Amino acid sequence: MADVTFTVDGKKLTAPAGTLLIDACKAAGIEIPAFCYYPKLSVQAACRMCVVRIEKMPKLQTACTTPVTEGMVVATETDEVKQARKATIELLLGNHPLDCPVCDAGGECELQDMTFKYGAAESKYVEIKQHREEQQWSPVVYFDRPRCILCYRCVTVCGPGMDVWALAIENRGVHAVIAPNEQDHLNCEECGMCIDLCPVGALTSGTYRYKTRPWEMNHVATVCTHCGDGCKTTLGVRSVNDGVEIIRGDNRDKSGMNGDFLCNKGRYAFDFANRTDRLTKPLIRQPDGKFAEVNWDHALDFAGKKLHEIREAKGGQSIGVIGSNRTTNEEAYLLQKFARTVLGTNNIDHHRTADYVSFAAALKGKAAHTASLRDTATAPAILLLGNNPTDQHPALAWNLRSNVRLNRARIYIANHSEIKLRRQAKAFLEIPQDGYASLVQYLAGNDGAIAANDSTAAFRDAIRKEESLVIVFGSEYRGRDIQALVDFGLSLPNTKFAALGDYANSRGAADMGLLPDLLPGYVPVGDAAHFTEEYGAAMPPTAGLDLLQMFDAAQRGDLSALYIVGSNPVSRYGVDPASLKNTFLVVQDMFMTETAALADVIFPAANLYEKSGTVTNTFGDIQLAKKAADKAGVRTDFELIVRLADRMGSDPKRLVPFGRGVYADMGQSRGAQSGEADRHAVWLAANHLEPKLSPFDPFATLDEIQRLVPSYNVSRLELLAGMDQQEKLDLVQIQPTASRRDLVLPAEDTLFTSGTLGRYSDMLKAIVESRTTPNPAETAAD
Amino acid sequence: MSTPATTIFSPATAARFDRLVTLYPVKRSALVPMLLYAQDEVGYISDAVVAEIAQRVGIADHDVRSVLSYYSMLRTKPAGKYNVQVCTNISCMLRNGFGILEHCKKRLGIGHKETTPDGLFSLEEVECIGACCWAPAIQVNYDFYDDLTTEKMDQILEDYKAGRGKETV
Amino acid sequence: MPRLVSHPDEVKIISRRFGQGAADIDKYIALDGYKAVQTAIAKGTDWIITEMKASGLRGRGGAGFPTGMKWSFVPKQSERPKYVLVNGDESEPATCKDHVIFLHDPHAVIEGTMIAGLAIGSKMGFIYLRGEYRYLLKIMEKAVADAYAKGFLGKNIFGSGIDFDIVTQTGAGAYEVGEESALMESLEGKRGVPRIKPPFPAVVGLYGGPTVINNAETIASVPHILLMGGDAYAKVGSERNGGTRLFGISGHVVNPGVYELPMGYNLKKAIYEVGGGVTNGRKLKAVVPGGSSTPVLTADEIDVGLDFDQMGKAGTMLGSGGIVVIDDQTCMVEFALRTIKFYQHESCGWCIPCREGTDWLNKTISRVHAGGGVEKDLDNIRYLAENMLGRTFCPLGDAAAMPTIGFIKKFRHEFEDHLNGKPCPYAHTEEPALV
Repeated sequence: MADVTFTVDGKKLTAPAGTLLIDACKAAGIEIPAFCYYPKLSVQAACRMCVVRIEKMPKLQTACTTPVTEGMVVATETDEVKQARKATIELLLGNHPLDCPVCDAGGECELQDMTFKYGAAESKYVEIKQHREEQQWSPVVYFDRPRCILCYRCVTVCGPGMDVWALAIENRGVHAVIAPNEQDHLNCEECGMCIDLCPVGALTSGTYRYKTRPWEMNHVATVCTHCGDGCKTTLGVRSVNDGVEIIRGDNRDKSGMNGDFLCNKGRYAFDFANRTDRLTKPLIRQPDGKFAEVNWDHALDFAGKKLHEIREAKGGQSIGVIGSNRTTNEEAYLLQKFARTVLGTNNIDHHRTADYVSFAAALKGKAAHTASLRDTATAPAILLLGNNPTDQHPALAWNLRSNVRLNRARIYIANHSEIKLRRQAKAFLEIPQDGYASLVQYLAGNDGAIAANDSTAAFRDAIRKEESLVIVFGSEYRGRDIQALVDFGLSLPNTKFAALGDYANSRGAADMGLLPDLLPGYVPVGDAAHFTEEYGAAMPPTAGLDLLQMFDAAQRGDLSALYIVGSNPVSRYGVDPASLKNTFLVVQDMFMTETAALADVIFPAANLYEKSGTVTNTFGDIQLAKKAADKAGVRTDFELIVRLADRMGSDPKRLVPFGRGVYADMGQSRGAQSGEADRHAVWLAANHLEPKLSPFDPFATLDEIQRLVPSYNVSRLELLAGMDQQEKLDLVQIQPTASRRDLVLPAEDTLFTSGTLGRYSDMLKAIVESRTTPNPAETAAD
Repeated sequence: MSTPATTIFSPATAARFDRLVTLYPVKRSALVPMLLYAQDEVGYISDAVVAEIAQRVGIADHDVRSVLSYYSMLRTKPAGKYNVQVCTNISCMLRNGFGILEHCKKRLGIGHKETTPDGLFSLEEVECIGACCWAPAIQVNYDFYDDLTTEKMDQILEDYKAGRGKETV
Repeated sequence: MPRLVSHPDEVKIISRRFGQGAADIDKYIALDGYKAVQTAIAKGTDWIITEMKASGLRGRGGAGFPTGMKWSFVPKQSERPKYVLVNGDESEPATCKDHVIFLHDPHAVIEGTMIAGLAIGSKMGFIYLRGEYRYLLKIMEKAVADAYAKGFLGKNIFGSGIDFDIVTQTGAGAYEVGEESALMESLEGKRGVPRIKPPFPAVVGLYGGPTVINNAETIASVPHILLMGGDAYAKVGSERNGGTRLFGISGHVVNPGVYELPMGYNLKKAIYEVGGGVTNGRKLKAVVPGGSSTPVLTADEIDVGLDFDQMGKAGTMLGSGGIVVIDDQTCMVEFALRTIKFYQHESCGWCIPCREGTDWLNKTISRVHAGGGVEKDLDNIRYLAENMLGRTFCPLGDAAAMPTIGFIKKFRHEFEDHLNGKPCPYAHTEEPALV
């Protein structure tokens, strides 16, 4: 719309006609207070805090409902306006309990802030306050009813925002309350958005309530470790005896790609990190079969020597490595480098959840055809094939819903089940589970590929008419089907693609070459020239064993050692424990998983919240993960790989090119302790410097990644500033090869599971249990 | 599905509801009347009423609860067979509305929103019922009685007790 | 059964058929019924609007917006269907005028609805009655069924080629639903919470379509206006206040009842002549002139004409036409308390000032009336009410604040007489019989 000019507090402002006054003012740095208004979500005009004086209007007007018009003259902080706001706060405080000293929101409360600003300090109210009992609605959501000021943000975010509609208003007048959908409890997605948006301490979370005061925490914005969306989550941490504990996860500054959104897992499922049964001491299996706690020196020495022996005696091909889809890019990269240059093997793989290799091959050399997560919130049209984002990619689902709600985006969905997002779809096509490939053929013009009818024809016509389309596809598409899909998409005028895989760094694991046949950046192992040049070491020239082949080899007795980092293949792939009995097994993990339980040596490892580095979400958005928590006794996977290499007699400087191109403040360098190094990195980042002085410094490795992997050559400046950077997939160096074995195994996580990690989240378990516990009355009736 | 396979309502009411949802551009418009008519038949809005009406208009149970809790004539607990609603708002107050209310309390031995042990009467102090010019006025269920005196009030209660009272619904 | 009253000063236009059995469709037809709508069909939309504008009819719900102008705001072309909505959610305390219309002349409401539909190009009307008016709903339902049976409603009304349907609807107990957009919410099966305006109902109303919503009395006046002509109707009333209106006189008055008086009729005369004066020969203390939300007038402020403009000048409002007569034995604190208790009970709770303000006022005035008040409470009452005024989401907040300000301003001495533990000076155990 055309711009209009108007005056606010004497300042001439310009904004597009139709912009809400409250937003236009905010953009100009004029803050108008509001409880019930929430940008792009809730216009309620209920709290009356945003009243302003507009010339030629008979009474004060709400800025949240008034669009700016040409020549409008507005005053936002006159005595009259201030008095109106003060009176509104006084009215609220009439019934609002003044239990601020114990309230979770104390210090972060919008009502407190406004009381402070407008000075409603005199207690006029002497009547008895409305008291109501506090309620627990779910393992996550508690409702302290007297504190509720009825701003309805929670109702709005749950309804139009989440499309869950679990909250409603009951009763009327002063007896009005927010009520959950199951009378005394909630049945919902437990996203916690209602708690996040609550301006006061009425809605509080089961994981945080009454644990601390906000000012006692440090707040570290990092990347969620759970699904492949890569949301920013801000962890509230506090020093405790054995490190730094995570007390809260939330979406504090809303500066991430996820915007206003964060799901249950990003918000609450950090609790695995605080579990008391975490591994904190290295363990070595004794001749009696039991584990014994040993010191780090001994454990590293033992594992290093044994791996060295095996390499010398049987060669690298007798050793296998399995990496993680939750470690950083630097760790994944380092692991493959360690495997290839120190262990001398290409037997390296990870749990693949999407066929990123075929996707990279299909887009090779085709610039600007990958979609960022951000694109899904703004694209005018989106074709979603397969997957169920509501469960598996909640941020993507939020973006799609918001895009429909705010921009009237057109969503086209084809799926083998009636996924919830069909409610936002312009067209939904239910197809057979094995019909995804034929659908693409049909879309591309092959009328006989599916049982076509009017609705399929309309679906196809609509998509083909789109001038700008984002195609998001699930792991239903693999191999040649991805190529076909990309070919079809590229036949349209302007198409971007995104492949959906699971976990925080599945994409990074593939990008970083945790694959038996491909080096970082999808360079075939036989084409390793510039890698060997950079590494100064030879690498095995032929493809190694993939994950399943490794276990087959172990079964046959052909795999003498297996090094597993942050992965639980024994559980995931149902590996027979007996098959590993003759394999020397080294495991790095947080917990005694089914895999760790079979190990000969276990190194207790840090998780993503306890380290720094970069991760790449499934859309190829690269982000900086910052160290937030710390646990005494554990080490990062990065450090462990370096130390293991060291104990195998390898030069750490070759593995981690630290000290090259040094531009750091020498005085601040604190040496070898991993936590210290990481904190140092944070300090340096804040001072626009980059640390490259420690062998445990992931940024030295990022340097190398950026030298060798052109698709990762993104702005360091933006990355360190916490911005996401889209990977340039067109720059991969993959050679389209003969068909590869399809090893994709989707995680099939729900909103309340998260692979092995989810099993160690008490909160997720509690939610799942709260849903499966049979109703006592029903049990009695049986 | 707007018409449930089984219904908790009488055939006449069920048939009425079947028709009601077809009268409006959206089914949900039938919600408030249906709740009131269901209450007339069942005596109050039970969980079963909520569930069936939710199904009939195609919304969630808690959306029905949200709506029903807004309207003061709808109740979620049983009342007496004859709900005596005494208006005490200004026009009635000026003409002894409170006297009538007190009288009813004494006669029936119950207070506001209470029910006699035999379940015959319940008593409610209500807001203006739109009979201001004929004050003081009451309603017994839906039937109006106006220009009341305590003597007339006694007669009305006697009539209902004896089964002679008006019963519009 | 509401008793009918009569007074020589009455000008019976809308009440012309009262007491003549006009609920029966044949009787209604015999009394010129369904003539106006046929004339309207013959003369067309523009004629209807012109006549309505000429009549000077202003909304009888209380706000007094010119009806003809309201209808002319509805866009001629609309993608969505247009609707006519009759507001019969009569709930303002002291107001029972629509009650007698539904009872005595239901077909006038139907005919008025049809004419409004013709005027704006709507094919469907809704008549919404408050839930308590079940027996009146039955009368309306029968009238609608009879009109269908005669072919007056449904397809091709009066051979015009125009279809028009009417659906009756019941509320279930909520004063707030009398607010036009809250009524639309209620009719859509939702909580009766008002909508954000703009857009106004004439543009986006019921089911998102352009909607004319009028009070039942306004609608029932329409056929009469078309029959007698807009100009003739306007002449009956005072300047810029066309016609007559139904005034409900209640409280301490000898002949309470619903009277049809010309707009601008003197309030004092209405009380002393039409209403027969104060009961029991007592003196007049105060008058609430237009339903409980209108600011109180003292006994010496009542020499004023009953129309929107003159009442406004007198510092109060014409409101719904419900005149409450209060004698000198009445405790104004108790009266104020009963008034605010109503608004506290009826506040929808959507916005803070109304939800919290009505509750706070109710509690404080309650305490003051019980003798627990101190001087500061009286300032507080006024401060609270003044800070609600004009700040709420819908007019209910004003409806609660305005009378409260009136009571505390004009009868502060009575509040003071209750302070510091003093018993209510007007407390009496036995009410005298009304004469």
